[in-house]
Amino acid sequence: MSKDIYVLGIETSCDETAASIVKNGTEIISNIVASQIESHKRFGGVVPEIASRHHVEQITLVIEEAMQLAGMEPDQLDAVAVTEGPGLVGALLIGVNAAKAFAFAHQLPLVGVHHIAGHIYANRLEQEMEFPLLALVISGGHTELIYMKEHGDFTVIGETRDDAAGEAYDKVARTLNLPYPGGPHIDRLAHTSDEAVMFPRIWLEEGSYDFSFSGLKSSVLNYMHNAAQRGEQVVPERVAAGFQNSVVEVVTGKTMRAAEEYKARQVIAAGGVAANKGLRNSLDAAFKQKGIPFHIPSLPLCTDNAAMIAAAGTVMYEKGLYGNMAMNGRPGMPLTSWI
Amino acid sequence: MIYLGIDTSNSPLALALIEDGVVLIEETANLKINHSLTAMPAIEEMMKKAKVLPADLTHIAVAEGPGSYTGVRIGLTIAKTLAWSLKIPLHSVSSLKVLAANGQGFDGLVCPIMDARRGTAFIGLYEGTGLKSVLADQHSDVKEFLLKAKELGRPVLFTGIDAALHEALIVEVLGRAAHFSSIQNRLPRASNLILLAQQSEESDVHHAVPEYRRITEAEANYNKAQEGQIL
Ligand SMILES: [Zn+2]
Repeated sequence: MSKDIYVLGIETSCDETAASIVKNGTEIISNIVASQIESHKRFGGVVPEIASRHHVEQITLVIEEAMQLAGMEPDQLDAVAVTEGPGLVGALLIGVNAAKAFAFAHQLPLVGVHHIAGHIYANRLEQEMEFPLLALVISGGHTELIYMKEHGDFTVIGETRDDAAGEAYDKVARTLNLPYPGGPHIDRLAHTSDEAVMFPRIWLEEGSYDFSFSGLKSSVLNYMHNAAQRGEQVVPERVAAGFQNSVVEVVTGKTMRAAEEYKARQVIAAGGVAANKGLRNSLDAAFKQKGIPFHIPSLPLCTDNAAMIAAAGTVMYEKGLYGNMAMNGRPGMPLTSWI
Repeated sequence: MIYLGIDTSNSPLALALIEDGVVLIEETANLKINHSLTAMPAIEEMMKKAKVLPADLTHIAVAEGPGSYTGVRIGLTIAKTLAWSLKIPLHSVSSLKVLAANGQGFDGLVCPIMDARRGTAFIGLYEGTGLKSVLADQHSDVKEFLLKAKELGRPVLFTGIDAALHEALIVEVLGRAAHFSSIQNRLPRASNLILLAQQSEESDVHHAVPEYRRITEAEANYNKAQEGQIL
């Protein structure tokens, strides 16, 4: 039997400072996340400079907690994996420089991980991946359909042309006077309504796997505006349900069609919006009906975390894909295959 | 005992290793480089040249700001991670004091200055002998600060590469009391940082944070909006 591999993961691409230790790319030993949501709430969104300030305050505490919880010393690790991009540049470089310093101090291999690859590999911490695989990555910053023939082989077959799904949720939530972050509030409201306002479904041109949410967002804004002009009372629950229905129907429809066309043996969803109950239920039901294995990781693995970075980093480490001390945060890093 | 000193608080990159009172190596680059990319490779290279292994280090000294927000954070992140993971003490020292150390021995006051745009600067005032702080490190309108310095009625030596940006104003306010350090003494030196660190208390590694000396724009705007609502 080969030796077990222990990887320290570090993630600071947005507003969570996170560190984790993962064994063999599949088993979480420790997973620590320090969220900054409370600090950004009053500004109605993430303020990059404030995010960077929090990361530098938290970074060693979070890594120490992950190490202590795992009961491990640096020399028991095989590698350090860190989110290299994409994300907020000032936030990314805190994680990258901490990872570089840690790897240098203990002469460990350093691995730079793409944040979205991390989200996809979060699934592997709960269930082994089967290829060909289709991944729906849906979060505050991303809405992408990614096809994988095997480990480390990524083809983006669809992506958003304007807002990410999570952004659209936040903007609609704001017009409904719901607090930031808006996604969970819309999801909750939508579930309390038995009626829904009808909003358009934006399918784009035939056969496209791309998404667009800005048109939907505009029709919600128009609806609110017109109601106000006519002095009509808006039922927020019905607006939330209408908006959510439109998002869920299009996302489920496109994911389903892609899974069939690409003959996926497994479909996975990842990212913060994948925690949305309406979307989970719809995807679950649709894939169950088609008999295609479908998996969404549990909530703490859907939102940003470092275990997913360690999981993806382990596979890269096994392939010898090391970075060096000149690694930098790459805010616009493209998702490229490892093979 | 081997000290590693790191100052990335402005565009210069200053690094040094001092072993038992001997400067092994010292580097200062003033090349407008990206610290996030280059600081760790420079540390790695310098330690290789000096044949010092990470495990040989006994202390880390870092310039804690003020300065470029990002620059200060990079230095602190590296210094904190090295110190914490190697289980050795961290000493953080004011970036302005590190610059002031270039004027050590000057018979009068030393004023380190870092431009912060719109007529403002990160600025402080120190005794030329012993570097005791006379006016605390602060973010200030340059002219206002110079007027305070003038009241003290003593010669002032200005240091830091941004002294040149404000030279006309400095001479206008302070006249013949204004002195300027020579060009090689305007850059931070990590050997000075280490010497100051040796006289300072150990910092709490986890809680060592940048001394920005200024709140974020988002917070300033938020505070202004809150005040408006109260009125
Ligand atoms: Zn994410």
